[in-house]
Amino acid sequence: MTPDIDKLTKTASQVRRDILRMVHACQSGHPGGSLGCTDYLVALYFHTLKHNTKFDMDGSDEDLFFLSNGHISPVWYSVLARSGYFEVAELASFRKINTRLQGHPTTHEKLPGIRVASGSLGQGMSVAIGAAIAKKLNNDNRLVFSLHGDGELQEGQTWEAAMYASHNKIDNLISTIDVNGQQIDGPTDVILSLGNLKAKWEAFGWEVLEMSGNDMADVVRVLDLAISKTCKGKPIMILMQTMMGNGVDFMMHTHKWHGSAPNDDQLALALSQLEETLGDY
Amino acid sequence: MKKYTYTEKKDTRSGFGAGLLEAGKKNDKVVALCADLIGSLKMDAFIKEFPERFFQIGIAEANMMGIAAGLTIGGKIPYTGTFANFSTGRVYDQIRQSIAYSDKNVKICASHAGLTLGEDGATHQILEDIGMMKMLPGMVVINPCDYNQTKAATIAIADYHGPVYLRFGRPAVPVFTDPDQKFEIGKAWMVNEGTDVSIFATGHMVWKAIEAGEKLAEEGINAEIINIHTIKPLDEAAVLKSVAKTGCVVTAEEHNRYGGLGDSIAQVLTRNNPAPQEYVAVNDSFGESGTPDQLMKKYGLDTEDIINAVKRAIKRK
Repeated sequence: MTPDIDKLTKTASQVRRDILRMVHACQSGHPGGSLGCTDYLVALYFHTLKHNTKFDMDGSDEDLFFLSNGHISPVWYSVLARSGYFEVAELASFRKINTRLQGHPTTHEKLPGIRVASGSLGQGMSVAIGAAIAKKLNNDNRLVFSLHGDGELQEGQTWEAAMYASHNKIDNLISTIDVNGQQIDGPTDVILSLGNLKAKWEAFGWEVLEMSGNDMADVVRVLDLAISKTCKGKPIMILMQTMMGNGVDFMMHTHKWHGSAPNDDQLALALSQLEETLGDY
Repeated sequence: MKKYTYTEKKDTRSGFGAGLLEAGKKNDKVVALCADLIGSLKMDAFIKEFPERFFQIGIAEANMMGIAAGLTIGGKIPYTGTFANFSTGRVYDQIRQSIAYSDKNVKICASHAGLTLGEDGATHQILEDIGMMKMLPGMVVINPCDYNQTKAATIAIADYHGPVYLRFGRPAVPVFTDPDQKFEIGKAWMVNEGTDVSIFATGHMVWKAIEAGEKLAEEGINAEIINIHTIKPLDEAAVLKSVAKTGCVVTAEEHNRYGGLGDSIAQVLTRNNPAPQEYVAVNDSFGESGTPDQLMKKYGLDTEDIINAVKRAIKRK
């Protein structure tokens, strides 16, 4: 199926509006990384994944996605709702008391689309590997996808998982790292530099691809390419270059919006830069 | 008083190994993971029978817990195997987020718990694991008393949906329970009925409680002995029923006195029917190198310690 890049881009614009409005309404949350990863998640859910919005925890015969950097929950919640996992109106409850849309994603409140809690960093790749192994044991040919932050790579568990996946040929797994170069306290190069990520992941035995994460056509192209490289004995890693805060001019080129919410004026200014394409919730 | 005897001593970890094989035969969803301690955990028989259902993780316990959580998505029932220290303290956050909070059907199987690990010393002798695990919402905590009971528990937990911490040990200890017993999670086991004191014991301390009960009987003290193999959920009804009769309590565990069985019992009593209680437990310290017997004696976990605690408890009635 030829992807409709224009339609995906329009969906991404709406998702970015959702993110900003959710974070603004509760005056907390993480807009920066959410905006940066919007194109990837839209492409994934509206083009790549073979998935069933009638949620089933085991996810047999469908592709699975795991969000390891759980703090970018706003983008995931929006994409899940816009895909049909739950009512779009529920986005208004984000981070509010008695919500299923907890600050960080959880299975505990039974929100459809989520298969494991995340938030404490570095754990998602291990879980994704487990799910990928289960698919192999079940002769289920569908794939497992996971997304990780670049700062998150400072957690050692990631590298335990990286070693395991290549040694055991977990080749039905496509992991992506959001390389935005920012973390809470500043640029990754200042806080704890990540070095040459391509060389590192290749040295760990992964097939490494690179992607322009805020160019919808390239996101779609690289995801398709990644799928073509599965089941060849190696796990796949996509290094996705993104801009934190992408889509809102004053939220880019800074780590300031990693974990802070816009005020009323900032929200209005940000929304003016993003077309309402599918109707605000 | 019921008389208990034994003809052989066996390690509870071998009970786990035998139970794992049986669980694997009964249910093809059962899979096993190990972090480079196959021999210590006695997992060889399972691996030989079901090589495709076993996963050697390497020395990476955090990754093991995450992979186990992932395997449940797809319907598997993963049993993780490593030492108790590396099964809990080392991976607490992984268990908390990816398993307990996420309600994953993972069985965390932990060998070499407590002082009886022996010569390796305090780095490996965890005495805090029951406390850590029982504090996690929804986590079941089981500490069986001998080979047969460990085997039965290992088989039984496959039929329970939810996270379980199964704790067992290294040394050979008396085998005195029924090889064909039915293991019921959360159901205390009445070892011996009595009227003067309730001894609630778990794990390796159950046999020592039986020995203590026999010596106490010679002195005219009639001790009720109850095996609390499931620390969470605790059989509160059994605890309260016994203490209503005896009026005082001794708890016995191979664990720090903070956060273990004793605290669980004390909480039930303070909320319902306060009674004098004496703790036989490690007094807030780390262990050290030595033989299991030397360590149990030095840290106050011997048969004599139970006897003395019983006498103190009765005096406080």
